[in-house]
Amino acid sequence: MFNPTWAMTIEMVIAGVSVIGLFAALGLVLVLMERRVAAWMQIRLGPNRVGPKGMLQSLADTVKLLVKEGMTPDGSDKFLFNLAPYIAMMVAMLLMAPIAFAKDFRLWDMNIGVLYITAISSIMVISILMAGWASNNKYSLMGAMRSGAQIVSYELSAGLSILTIVVLTGSLNITDIINAQADGWWIFKGHIPVLISFVIFIIAVTAETNRAPFDLAEAESELTAGFHTEYSGMKFALFFLAEYINVFIVCAIGATLFLGGWMPFHIGNWEAFNHVMDYIPSSIWFFGKTFFLIFVIMWFRWTFPRLRIDQLLNLEWKYLLPISMFNLLLVTAIAILKWHF
Amino acid sequence: MFIVKYIKDIFSGIKSLLVGMRRTGYYFTHHKEIITEQYPDNRDTLVMADRFKGEVVLIHDEHNEHACTGCTACELACPNATIKIVTKFDITPEGKKKKAIDKFVYHLELCTMCNLCIVACPTDAIKMAQTFEHSVYDRAELTKILNKPGSKIREGIE
Ligand code: SF4
Ligand code: SF4
Repeated sequence: MFNPTWAMTIEMVIAGVSVIGLFAALGLVLVLMERRVAAWMQIRLGPNRVGPKGMLQSLADTVKLLVKEGMTPDGSDKFLFNLAPYIAMMVAMLLMAPIAFAKDFRLWDMNIGVLYITAISSIMVISILMAGWASNNKYSLMGAMRSGAQIVSYELSAGLSILTIVVLTGSLNITDIINAQADGWWIFKGHIPVLISFVIFIIAVTAETNRAPFDLAEAESELTAGFHTEYSGMKFALFFLAEYINVFIVCAIGATLFLGGWMPFHIGNWEAFNHVMDYIPSSIWFFGKTFFLIFVIMWFRWTFPRLRIDQLLNLEWKYLLPISMFNLLLVTAIAILKWHF
Repeated sequence: MFIVKYIKDIFSGIKSLLVGMRRTGYYFTHHKEIITEQYPDNRDTLVMADRFKGEVVLIHDEHNEHACTGCTACELACPNATIKIVTKFDITPEGKKKKAIDKFVYHLELCTMCNLCIVACPTDAIKMAQTFEHSVYDRAELTKILNKPGSKIREGIE
């Protein structure tokens, strides 16, 4: 009965269900986390009415969005308008494939994992452009155009900073990259150049996920809600969810490349210390690092004011790109001369 | 030198960002700093900032007397025509006519709480109260007569 085709099908169904489950859980947790972090950073309390300490707030919000009417405006391009949020979601789902959540636990171990991630994440901009264009609304279009300019330019420095790790590891395979960090994470092993590329990576992915201080695509004070101005109900919720899932994914990638993925924290020859660290399950290491990075990105959002579009492009083309190119050269020299530990 | 300025720019930029993050990080870890009030749960223990201005009131003392001479300085000072002083003439015991207020009309719905009337008043007859629950079902209720019925001007105020 269990011929390979069936086994494959069942496997895919299980993977699909768990990815969707993870999405739902992440959406609830991250939205609540964001609101909490925001509140505390702005000397407020945050949600505290629904459930114990406001824990169920995001659940209540989700239910509210589910029962709302998902309107499609009259003048819009109906097909594209309805398609856009699903593309955003699909991109997020595809990006889950190569991520290693724990030791030997991933959906797809492919040998071009890093390339796959950079390639797929560029599709995200299509869903945003599609939403902005199909809405037939000038705010939406303006937000989408900004987002296009932003993602296309920041993809460069994100890609270059990812390349530094590829150069050091000599592989595009996520598993190889993690295994190369068994004796120390790249951020420690790679000296200052890797630190610089880590900082550039964090800045670039903050921009790529359209989060403040780079949230020009939404810019609620200028463009109401940017590309998703016309969306309501569940279709809006999908965009909203996709934003948070993308934050999770880029942080997971950052944790994998620079902070060793699920690798525990080891210090040189301290056998006893390393042993204790090995006892902590690898999934906890992975999620711990990822959530730390997510927290940092939230910290950015609630500290920095939004950039103007010209400042945004200045930052990328005049600062991040030249620096990361120079940095890549340095890292290549380090890799060839074997200066890293 | 261009390159020196470039590098300086980067470092000063990073430094200013870190200063900002230190501040928010401090607030994130110090919950005692939280300043929001859990209104309306704490109606009884509500703490109001001194500078908060809620509405203009005419100060009455325990004998139902106030210090308003009806000089209309506040009416003239108000940029929004919020105050309307309606005067009348009282007959003093000596048989002389004396100007006094009949009605101190105050339109809360027009007031911007700018404090100019308070500053203008030569006898400090009015002040800003800290009440803020002003919502009513009918707009007419926002037009208030500030002098209490039967009140009169305090002795010795000119
Ligand atoms: S506070 Fe300002 S607006 Fe209000 S009554 Fe006084 S002068 Fe007029
Ligand atoms: S409140 Fe003061 S300024 Fe206004 S009429 Fe009375 S005395 Fe004059």
